[in-house]
Amino acid sequence: MSQTDRSERSDRSDRSDRFDGLDFEDRMATATFDVATTPHIVVDGDACEGCTTKACVTVCPAGLFVELSSGGVLFSYEQCFECGSCYLVCNEAHAITWRYPEGGKGVIVRRG
Amino acid sequence: MSEVEVVVVGAGPAGSMAALELARAGVETLLVERGPFPGSKNVYGGVVYPRVLGDVLPAWWERAPIQRFVTRRATMVLTETQAVTVDVRTEAWGAPPYNGVTAYRSEFDQWLADEAVRAGATLATSTTVTGLVRDGDRVVGVMTDRPDGELGCRLVVACDGVNAFLAREAGLYPGYSSHHLTLGVKEVLRLERAELEARFNLVGREGCDIEMIGATGSITGGGFLYTNLETLAVGCVLKLDELAAQARRPEAVLTELKAHPAIAPLVAGTELVEYAAHLLPEGGYDAMPELGAPGIVVAGDAASMTLAAGVWLEGVNYAMAAGRLAGQAAALARAEPGGIAGAYVHYRRLLEGSFVMQDHKRLRRAPKVVFSEFVQRVQPGVLCDVAESFFTVDNPSPKRGLIATVRGVLRARGVRWRDALRSALATARLFR
Repeated sequence: MSQTDRSERSDRSDRSDRFDGLDFEDRMATATFDVATTPHIVVDGDACEGCTTKACVTVCPAGLFVELSSGGVLFSYEQCFECGSCYLVCNEAHAITWRYPEGGKGVIVRRG
Repeated sequence: MSEVEVVVVGAGPAGSMAALELARAGVETLLVERGPFPGSKNVYGGVVYPRVLGDVLPAWWERAPIQRFVTRRATMVLTETQAVTVDVRTEAWGAPPYNGVTAYRSEFDQWLADEAVRAGATLATSTTVTGLVRDGDRVVGVMTDRPDGELGCRLVVACDGVNAFLAREAGLYPGYSSHHLTLGVKEVLRLERAELEARFNLVGREGCDIEMIGATGSITGGGFLYTNLETLAVGCVLKLDELAAQARRPEAVLTELKAHPAIAPLVAGTELVEYAAHLLPEGGYDAMPELGAPGIVVAGDAASMTLAAGVWLEGVNYAMAAGRLAGQAAALARAEPGGIAGAYVHYRRLLEGSFVMQDHKRLRRAPKVVFSEFVQRVQPGVLCDVAESFFTVDNPSPKRGLIATVRGVLRARGVRWRDALRSALATARLFR
């Protein structure tokens, strides 16, 4: 990866922490992602509608899963930390299929 | 299908040490990393204990990208309004061979991978291993997302991290479960260097590491805070199942931890530069997988080689040691008629004889004790109340002895002697 590539990516690490509870979007803006064109998370929407726990909505540290009023789950993959929590807490219906993003893509942790 | 003698999956501490050892033994080794550079996917709870590097990379401290050398190590027990801290400081940890160091994993892991390359290993970044190639019961290669796809080999060293996809695919990890996992969330906060050193009582490259228990509210887990050169990192590890069951957001737990009266002044006036999250295997010895099979060995987080024993929180050291032993096992097997695919037999034996398995075996009850209801939610209150009461000068009442103080606290908190003693005994047995 060239230096140019890196500097072109979102790098808004200059935001200040309000300390008493940071706005979630500001928090996520401090992380760097090189987004893949193909999603690495696939969700079976039908299985989600019958899910009573919706644990993915709670545990995902990036807040990628949102519960819809219809009972379904809306998700995005772009700002994923690639931890795996979502599919591991997913109920018996195994609605979430999760793998690593394609090589070189996804989260880039600089001070992990 | 291209061929290489050994494929090491994952250029973290386990993988790079394995590749380093293999390359030094003259084995053709490909170290495959899915990130754009080693360390780019890694997040940890703050301290590398690098003495295992001693005879592999002598005087590593002169070359490794270290932030600070930990000379101050504190364990805090918290309630919502109290804190009792054991704060250990020694000059001995500030000189070679050192004890613990802090580092950015993007720098440290890259450095270690570079050492493997210097020894003769080949590093392929931006390459995700998507599965194993098998011939009957034997692992004979990996599938990657590169255009040329399959990669044949005699041995796969699976250091692919906590999700352990390869060990699970190989059938080595039937017990893999979210019950044994914690979610770590971490904030890296910028603080001007002089201010940081004044705040944590540090001089030069000295560093501080603080572990916390009782800081995660209704969720079982723990907190940590450690210093880099010009940033500090604060985070918590939370039992994944409980987060899900209680519908608590992980960053909300961390925000509460940061607002604790004993923590807030330490993080005041800082600026968030990076938020990150990662899973940790914290099931200990009883949650470990089979460590290998024909054509494959497993090391590091993928083999649950982390210790979460309350006062000891280690992982990178076990990963580095296990990776090294995997490399040595492969070199031994290679000289035998069965060949390098039989490395798992030597690997198990070498691991059993090393501190990696000895520590995990000895502390196999640690997860149960440390994550017990009593230790997490009763003991902190008892300890803090006893300390507070003991040091409260309640004139004109005369001073009470320690036993009377403990008795009073247990009564006030509705804790039975029997439960307190049982927990104290379990803890004592754990560390004996």
